[in-house]
Amino acid sequence: MKVLVPVKRVVDYNVKVRVKSDQSGVDIANVKMSMNPFDEIAVEEATRLKEKGAATEIIAVSCGVAQCQETLRTAMAIGADRGILVQTDVELQPLAVAKLLKVLVEKEQPQLVILGKQAIDDDANQTGQMLAALLGWSQATFASKVELGDGVARVTREVDGGLETLELKLPAIVTTDLRLNEPRYVTLPNIMKAKKKQLDTVTPQDLGVDVTPRLKTLKVTEPSARSAGVKVADVAALVDKLKNEAKVV
Amino acid sequence: MSILVIAEHDNVQLKAATHNVVAAAAKIGGDIHVLVAGANAAAVAQHAAKIAGVSKVLLAESPALADGLAENVAEQVLALAPGYSHILFAATASGKNVSPRVAARLDVAQISEIQSVLSADTFERAIYAGNAVATVQSADPTKVITVRTTGFDAAPEGGSASVESVTPAAAVGLSTFVGREVAKSDRPELAGAKVVVSGGRGMGSAENFKILDPLADKLGAALGASRAAVDAGYAPNDWQVGQTGKIVAPQLYVAIGISGAIQHLAGMKDSKVIVAVNKDAEAPIFGVADYGLVADLFTAVPELVTSL
Repeated sequence: MKVLVPVKRVVDYNVKVRVKSDQSGVDIANVKMSMNPFDEIAVEEATRLKEKGAATEIIAVSCGVAQCQETLRTAMAIGADRGILVQTDVELQPLAVAKLLKVLVEKEQPQLVILGKQAIDDDANQTGQMLAALLGWSQATFASKVELGDGVARVTREVDGGLETLELKLPAIVTTDLRLNEPRYVTLPNIMKAKKKQLDTVTPQDLGVDVTPRLKTLKVTEPSARSAGVKVADVAALVDKLKNEAKVV
Repeated sequence: MSILVIAEHDNVQLKAATHNVVAAAAKIGGDIHVLVAGANAAAVAQHAAKIAGVSKVLLAESPALADGLAENVAEQVLALAPGYSHILFAATASGKNVSPRVAARLDVAQISEIQSVLSADTFERAIYAGNAVATVQSADPTKVITVRTTGFDAAPEGGSASVESVTPAAAVGLSTFVGREVAKSDRPELAGAKVVVSGGRGMGSAENFKILDPLADKLGAALGASRAAVDAGYAPNDWQVGQTGKIVAPQLYVAIGISGAIQHLAGMKDSKVIVAVNKDAEAPIFGVADYGLVADLFTAVPELVTSL
């Protein structure tokens, strides 16, 4: 069976972003970009399913600017067989991405789509659930374990207070949480091989999807800063501060 | 305007987060209804009816709604959606699971994790792990929103809304609930606790993590952890505080052996008072702590327990 894995190009996990002085957004010029960490976990999971013989082909999809090709090449270096770039310079919001993915899912007919639970730029946590709803498929979000059976997927999810296990009829959507797996390091030979893999480019117009943003960002500002307090000399001084100054104990 | 708040519950108890969501709804302004979708959940509905500001509680009961399956709960919300200008969920594991399904089916954008309400269509939300705050405006006819509970003080009790049964939506039949492993604990729930004691990589092992127990007992605190501690297996997954874990804002947050990665700070920097104990004087956690103690946690924590 085919597995489709959407991947997003985001500001690298280790970069502390700066808000632009005109409040129009965050400054991402000359900032290191990487694959969204949760999507890396998704590609890794699909690759493990293929290595176990449960999946036959992995298709990576990225939606966005031309440079998303690099993100797709990374996915192919981990283990995706081919890539599809939906290229546009328009700011893409989760609903638009879900609609683009829906068209590609209908065309490619995967039995499983594995997505990251959220992207670390807009922190929206929506695309997987939206795609499931648009396709009328079942979903298991925040997965920490995925097992495939005959026409079903058994997924353990991280929920408030513990874990929960669901059985989904395939085709289905799974979104990844941090503990699902630890993505492998990509090796140089695999990076070289990835360069030769097939990468097709389409546009939202080709797919017949209107990607006009629905939410308007009026401004982006710095969060209210929290200033450092004081260092105390010892435990006794700390307890004194908590009792008599902060009055929280 | 009328607002539908989706109650967070386990069929037995109404979760505290619902009170915060009602508070957000009150800021938007309008008639506030609460949907309790569950099985044998009448007691939950009775409790929801007591939240000040709620005018009506809708109770949908069916075995299909017992376990909060996203497909079924979304159908229930969609069946009621036409009557509402705003649909609000708590930004919890269950709220985040269901809400985007509702938004997509209504063909509207979802506004995730709002932390303040500027007007009925304009909201503030954190992006980039809380390193920036976006003010966003929605022109969609229905606003589907998840509410970051720490942004809104819980609505008090004292209301007396009516409870009305509504026809439960039919089961979609795409997924089945297999089981749940919920850690039993006498401690308060992490997300709503007044005091949180968290441990980081500096704890060194799962065994060592237990030295936080007496401190948490003494403070009546919930236990939390940094991602590094969870990844290392020192603490369970659902203890993780941070950008992709739980967002907390207790009266007192005690960070033990936590260096303070930005992703962790995103989850706790709105706490009222922050205490950090770390042997590294340069740890970034001291940049946000009200009271910092540079010390070996293995001597400082037991000493703290006896001094409190």
